[in-house]
Amino acid sequence: MNEYISLSLILFTIGAVGVLVRRNAIIVFMCIELMLNATNLAFVSFSRQHGNLDGQVAAFFVMVVAAAEVVVGLSIIVSIYRARRTTSVDDANLLKS
Amino acid sequence: MLDLQWLLIAIPLASGALLLVWGKESDRFGHLIGTAASAASFVLGAIMFAELLGENAEERSHAVSLFTWIDAGRFHVEMTFVFDQLSALFVLLITGVGTLIHVYSIGYMAHDERRRRFFAFLNIFIAAMLTLVLAGDYLVLFLGWEGVGLASYLLIGFWQHKPSAAAAAKKAFVVNRVGDLGMALAIMLMFAQFGTSAIEAVNAAAPGATDTVTTSLGLLLLLGACGKSAQVPLQSWLLDAMEGPTPVSALIHAATMVTAGVYLVVRSNAIFDASEVARNAVIVVGLVTLLAGAWIGCAKDDIKKALAGSTMSQIGYMMLAAGLGPAGYAFAIFHLITHGFFKANMFLGAGSVMHGMDDDVDMRHYGGLRSMMPVTFATFGLGYLAIIGVPPFAGFWSKDKIIEAAFGQNFWVGLGALLGAGVTAFYMTRLMIMTFLSEKRWREEVHPHESPRVMTWPLIALAALSAVGGILLLGDWVSEWLEPVVGHAEHHELAVPAIVLTLIITLVVAVGVVAAVVFYRREPIAAETPSSVSIFARAGRHELYGNELNEAVVVRPTRHLTRFLVWLDGKGIDGFVTGVADRLGDTSQFLRKPQTGLVRSYALTMFGGVAIIILCLLAVTLA
Repeated sequence: MNEYISLSLILFTIGAVGVLVRRNAIIVFMCIELMLNATNLAFVSFSRQHGNLDGQVAAFFVMVVAAAEVVVGLSIIVSIYRARRTTSVDDANLLKS
Repeated sequence: MLDLQWLLIAIPLASGALLLVWGKESDRFGHLIGTAASAASFVLGAIMFAELLGENAEERSHAVSLFTWIDAGRFHVEMTFVFDQLSALFVLLITGVGTLIHVYSIGYMAHDERRRRFFAFLNIFIAAMLTLVLAGDYLVLFLGWEGVGLASYLLIGFWQHKPSAAAAAKKAFVVNRVGDLGMALAIMLMFAQFGTSAIEAVNAAAPGATDTVTTSLGLLLLLGACGKSAQVPLQSWLLDAMEGPTPVSALIHAATMVTAGVYLVVRSNAIFDASEVARNAVIVVGLVTLLAGAWIGCAKDDIKKALAGSTMSQIGYMMLAAGLGPAGYAFAIFHLITHGFFKANMFLGAGSVMHGMDDDVDMRHYGGLRSMMPVTFATFGLGYLAIIGVPPFAGFWSKDKIIEAAFGQNFWVGLGALLGAGVTAFYMTRLMIMTFLSEKRWREEVHPHESPRVMTWPLIALAALSAVGGILLLGDWVSEWLEPVVGHAEHHELAVPAIVLTLIITLVVAVGVVAAVVFYRREPIAAETPSSVSIFARAGRHELYGNELNEAVVVRPTRHLTRFLVWLDGKGIDGFVTGVADRLGDTSQFLRKPQTGLVRSYALTMFGGVAIIILCLLAVTLA
């Protein structure tokens, strides 16, 4: 059991560090997905450990939300790329005067 | 006809408005319209006066309410005009002398390109002055009161290109505001105490009011009267007001507007009858002004300013008489009317002299004008005889009555008035000698000449009135005529018979004349104002340091107060507000720094925040 949770923690940490250090918006996005899936893994593991289905249900919800988020997020990234020819998150600073 | 009071006012008002809006093509005949309007008012006034004469003494008051002016809760003001014995005399004086001065102005202002506007202002003045004297409510009176103030301001500053004229107009306006404050407070007090500001109602309620109320009302009204009538301590504006064109000085600052204060006191007779303190204050103000004005009149070399000092002094006489109560009201009005004749006459005479002397006003540059300007000299001479009180000219009758009544009140007051008569004779004789007699002192390039007919005819008419005006009012006609308005006067017993007193007065006048003749005929008059003179003459030239006193007592402290308030406003009130804004700005600047626009730093903040929250939750759960 501990192995699953450890894997989940490792995946989440990788995702979090990736969000913080990478500049490419696509990679940042992938890291977010990684964090989401790390939590899914934790949910499922705990569900199995406690013997009820609440964790499984939560995992499904996270997947649904993640799917929706990918749709919106990727389209934003694409439109930013079209407008500014870059996907670096550091260059998306138009709101700062 | 007696219900047509409003028309008296409407005619000059309409004419004034017409002249102001009509364009340049009315320049050719605008002055004629103005004069005709004034004359029409006079004719209407005369007809109404004749009708009034035909009625019984008790029925001679005709009030007409045109409309309700203000109706707000308990505050109710009717636009009332009252034509009674008192206002009838004023209507005749204002429109009569006013018309003559309009005629005179046609000649005097002939070369002024803004003559049409001048006549418009004169018409507006006539309308406002008639509103003042016909008003049946103190608030309506106040409307006229402010109206004449406005007209006076516009006309003093008529030659606005001269800084001195603009400053004099402003000064007159500001000093009058002080008096108007008294008037406004008096009207508010009337409303608070009596629930109305109708003159008749207030006069009816005054005898039943407490001493405090009548005294405060009397003193407040006196303050208003002092401002308008240039009485001490609000006298300083009148001499500067001589910057205006001379017909203005004659009409507004001698014959009519400046006497509005006397009218106010007489009109409010019930208030003053009920308060001895207020009455005594009027006497003191009158006496002080009468002597101060005469003093100034002795020292000035500017012919108009000498006459202005004399005006102050003569109005002081009227005030003094008005302060004597029912014994003096009628004499105050009597003197007011005769003064209106002879002082307007002399001011117009002075204007005629200036006209011939290239607008020079310094009497030291005159001399020997008798042969150059015979008509002006003759008419001015009649005015001179009238003002110093030589029998049987107008001033003799009126001044004699006032001095007599003053002696009936109090020996010292009478003595002051008697002294004033002597000084009047002195300064007027001085003026006559310096202007018309003595040797000629004018420069070569000046060519004195008689004024055109349009200017001399009004002079002749006014001179005739100065000569016979007193006789028209013989046999106590004025006292009897005004009795229903101002109340019956019981006669004071004098220590000496009236005829002896009259002889004494005439003697004092003669001494004044002889003193002036000796003083100014002994040696040639200097063509420039001598600089080494006695302290009395110097004080008189400086208008008894009235301006310096105002400067020290009012202007400078006010300026310091203003400076303090500005400081308080800037540093205190604004400082607080801007301080709060500054602190908010600083905070914003501080909060702005983390907003770098770098998405990854936001992400770090979020992770840090979440980590802190989780740590806190853990700490709480474990503990």
